[in-house]
Amino acid sequence: MKNRIIALGATLGVAASLFAATLSVAQDTGTETSAPLKPAAEFQSITDAKQRSWALFEEAGKVIQHPRCVNCHPATDRPLQTMAMHKHQPPVTRGDGGMGMPGMTCNTCHGQANVEVIGQAETLKSIPGHPSWHLAPIEMAWEGKSLGDICRQIKDPERNGGKTLAEITEHMAHDSLVGWGWQPGAGREPVPGSQAVFGELIAAWVESGAACE
Amino acid sequence: MTVQQISTTRRAFLAGSGLVIGLALVPRNMAAFASPSGIKAGGEDALTALNTFVKIGTDDTITVLSKHIEMGQGPFTGLATLVAEELDADWSQMRAVHSPADDKVYANLAFGLQGTGGSTSIANSYEQLRKAGATARAMLVAAAAEEWGVPAGEITVEKGRIKHAGSAKESGFGALTVKAAAQTPPENPVLKDPSKFVLIGQELPKLDTVGKTNGTAIYTLDITPDNVLVAVVAHPEHFGATVKSFDDSETLKVMGVVDVKQVPQGVAVYADNTFAALRGRANLKVEWDLSKAETRSSEELAADYAKQFAEKGLEATNNGDVDTAFKRDGLQTLEAELVFPFLAHAPMEPLDAVFIKAADGSLDVYNGAQFPAMDQMTAAKIIGIDPSKVRVNTQMTGGSFGRKAQFGSPYMQEAAGVFAATDGSRPLKHMWTREDDIRGGFYRPMYAHKMRGAIDADGKITAWEQVIVGQSIMGKADLDETSVEGASNLPYAIPNLRVTAHNTQLAVPPLWWRSVGHTHTGFAVETFVDELMQKVGKDPVEGRLALLTNEPRHTGTLKKVAEIADWGSKVPDGRSRGVAVVKSFGTYVAQIVELSLGDDGAPRVHKVWCAVDCGVAVNPNVIKAQMEGGIGYGLGAVLFDAVTLGKGGKIMQSNFHDYRSLRINEMPAVEVAIVASTEKPSGVGEPGVPPVGPAVANAWRRLTGSPVRTLPIVNVVTS
Amino acid sequence: MVTFTLNGKERSFDGDPDTPLLWVIRDFEKLTGTKYGCGVAQCGACTVHLDGMTRRSCITPISTVDGSEVITIEGIEGPEAKAVQAAWVAIDVPQCGYCQSGQIMSAVALLQVTPKPSDADIDGAMAGNLCRCATYHRIRQAIHNAADAMEG
Repeated sequence: MKNRIIALGATLGVAASLFAATLSVAQDTGTETSAPLKPAAEFQSITDAKQRSWALFEEAGKVIQHPRCVNCHPATDRPLQTMAMHKHQPPVTRGDGGMGMPGMTCNTCHGQANVEVIGQAETLKSIPGHPSWHLAPIEMAWEGKSLGDICRQIKDPERNGGKTLAEITEHMAHDSLVGWGWQPGAGREPVPGSQAVFGELIAAWVESGAACE
Repeated sequence: MTVQQISTTRRAFLAGSGLVIGLALVPRNMAAFASPSGIKAGGEDALTALNTFVKIGTDDTITVLSKHIEMGQGPFTGLATLVAEELDADWSQMRAVHSPADDKVYANLAFGLQGTGGSTSIANSYEQLRKAGATARAMLVAAAAEEWGVPAGEITVEKGRIKHAGSAKESGFGALTVKAAAQTPPENPVLKDPSKFVLIGQELPKLDTVGKTNGTAIYTLDITPDNVLVAVVAHPEHFGATVKSFDDSETLKVMGVVDVKQVPQGVAVYADNTFAALRGRANLKVEWDLSKAETRSSEELAADYAKQFAEKGLEATNNGDVDTAFKRDGLQTLEAELVFPFLAHAPMEPLDAVFIKAADGSLDVYNGAQFPAMDQMTAAKIIGIDPSKVRVNTQMTGGSFGRKAQFGSPYMQEAAGVFAATDGSRPLKHMWTREDDIRGGFYRPMYAHKMRGAIDADGKITAWEQVIVGQSIMGKADLDETSVEGASNLPYAIPNLRVTAHNTQLAVPPLWWRSVGHTHTGFAVETFVDELMQKVGKDPVEGRLALLTNEPRHTGTLKKVAEIADWGSKVPDGRSRGVAVVKSFGTYVAQIVELSLGDDGAPRVHKVWCAVDCGVAVNPNVIKAQMEGGIGYGLGAVLFDAVTLGKGGKIMQSNFHDYRSLRINEMPAVEVAIVASTEKPSGVGEPGVPPVGPAVANAWRRLTGSPVRTLPIVNVVTS
Repeated sequence: MVTFTLNGKERSFDGDPDTPLLWVIRDFEKLTGTKYGCGVAQCGACTVHLDGMTRRSCITPISTVDGSEVITIEGIEGPEAKAVQAAWVAIDVPQCGYCQSGQIMSAVALLQVTPKPSDADIDGAMAGNLCRCATYHRIRQAIHNAADAMEG
């Protein structure tokens, strides 16, 4: 699923490869409804605490590794876009505090709330928005990382903004920018489940020892 | 003395007939607007027409009536320069406005009707506008001689001051303009020898810059008369589709929507403001009849085009004996098939027009298009009034690149039809959104080329065969020169050369796109030549020069660009260079590109060196700007752009998010050298475009080993 | 009813609250320097300053502008604006000119925060402003020139 730009130059199969895909930032097609997310209670049957803990985090990982979340936890200074996770267009850059560069800060386009695009391209139904729209700091990058690596990173105060596990739980369960993932606006697939179920999974993961493998 | 009383007998030589009688017939409800073209407000009445191109105000301002539309390519400045030179005016006096629409008086001398295109504005006006300036100067001198009672031969003019040394008399132009207008124009005004030019050849500041930096420049979309209706049309997603039925119930509920009507092109929504029109259109439910629509995808079209290669085509060139030449021993041969996509022009200002009916039944049309008199005729026909009652007020336009030059005025047919469907009591602004623009067709057509070539060990290309398949832009059944220009007459000495073409039939309307046939022939020829040279180890510059045996201007630009790029010097690690030279519209342009492999695996173009020979360089500043812009426009297209038809023929792109434009971070540094020349000036609006694509492809092939056979070079794969 | 200031003057709007600021400025306030180019925040031709920050007015519902200060090309002031406009004129940046209001609004915002921008800073501020005439080469130069001029 990783974005890649290829230079076409093959002498054979021209017609076959030529028109394969030229979309750049067209929004997701298909579903605008959340995929299911299992509640924490369904994991009670796993008796081994460590196994249960990791299973809980793997379930939560369906949210964490969803493009909706990873797109703003990029590994470079360029955020990503769409389910295809291609680089953001226009080409914006992290800037101070992940708020973009002077002259084109995030809020040049991203307002206090999602904005429906009316009467323009049907492949661009809305512009996302939130009062504190910004990129996650580079030490919190998730792009390209395994779920285990992301898990260890989330637990590491050096790389999680100095948070305790309790604070992590609170952040995941109640932060409204995290919550945007479930209300991403028209034309965007939300992350699975609900923030409440996700918050419970994280809480149960912490309670069960916060295993990362 | 009024303007109307001025004798016109001699003036006829300049432009055929007639006088300029106030170009700005501004309706009263427009009075609140700034004058659209930078002319001083209130100055109009004080302007006296000395001929159809030159008006001089009592305030010493000189207004040139531009028969060519200003769309960024610089005719306001260029034509004013020609006039000012022969008038011996000071540049600070000069102004420019659009002339009225008139196929006779304001004909493009290259076309025989009024029109801007083919990079001809300066070329066809060069003598005409200089004569207009020289005539006006002679009339001013005659007026001064009469006023001062001195011989005309003793009067000098310099920087806008008329002087008689003997009597120490001196005057500006303004004080003499009314008297000058009463003078008999000279039959054959003497033009300056180029060695005496004061303004031509100088980097004069452009006349339209200030208004374009403070928001006061007026474009068609800015014309907002009181009580204006705004109309947009719902268009189909398939070319050739027509309205089967529509449901406007949700549209009519939108606050501000006034009416909905079916028109030949789709369904028109009329509203009190732009947003209401857009929201109303979004709420329409239209069922389309696809029975006559183009339902093939781009992929299917490419396959169909490739089948044509084996068929007998229309012969464009057949020199020597190509088939025998390929059979000779000791040759290296190469074959390639290339595919070029549909390209939208995507000017920043989409198509638009404003209609205002006057109390006397006459009509003012405000638009910015390249064939104003054709628009006048079309609007008159569609609306059902006499053409003499339609005034086309040409506005500056936000780019065109060929999009606003349409024979038969198909856009005006839609816009005027939308106006005609109302009772005409309210002014109407018809606009296209970006989606209408990207999906509106009139593209650079899709083309497929099949190339075959043979080169000997000395670098002599002994045989060349090229088959070109695609739509005829001119709609011809036989050979269309625009399909083969640049290929059928390629500059290299190739004894055995055969170029053929096949015209294809599609429901997708074609159009010229900045540099027309050279957009694809330039790419095909210059990449193929380069690849053949590489096969036998020839330097791309030296190898070309050896084949340009009788083409001094190609040779001159190629040598010049090699010089400024220091060709042959060490290129930084990881970078590669490519070269191309293309003559188009009488202008010779050679470019060298330096690129590397970018972070995303796509070409990263660092620098482009450009040498241009366009004859006498009227304004080097404008020439350089057109080369820089042509390079950026061409580069964006070859890197990113394609309009594609998906399964069933649906148009896949709709706005700048999926029809990518070059951005500032992708713009290379550009260095332009103008080759000194005393040849007649030729155009610069288009010729900067063709070489950049093949130069990039050549550098890319030398860097990566991969020849570019399909455009665009970069596809963002999102799956 | 939405109230806001436009180039220092108090204005109000009581039409469709979803109306983008762009169309309020152009259709209702009849300030036409701010341009329509795409309607989806991809081209930057509609850029204004909203409470001192660049903002694409085409995707800004007027309902979200209540109580805000809006500055358009017609109202831009200050040393950065003067320097940028003078630099634009000095090297004849515009061709068709249609995008240039937006370009200038972005360039001024850049210089207000970054008085001596690098090429990367310029890309960071300006990559959202399309110019189909590709005057980018001169835009970059003009921004550097404006910065130099302000430094005096």
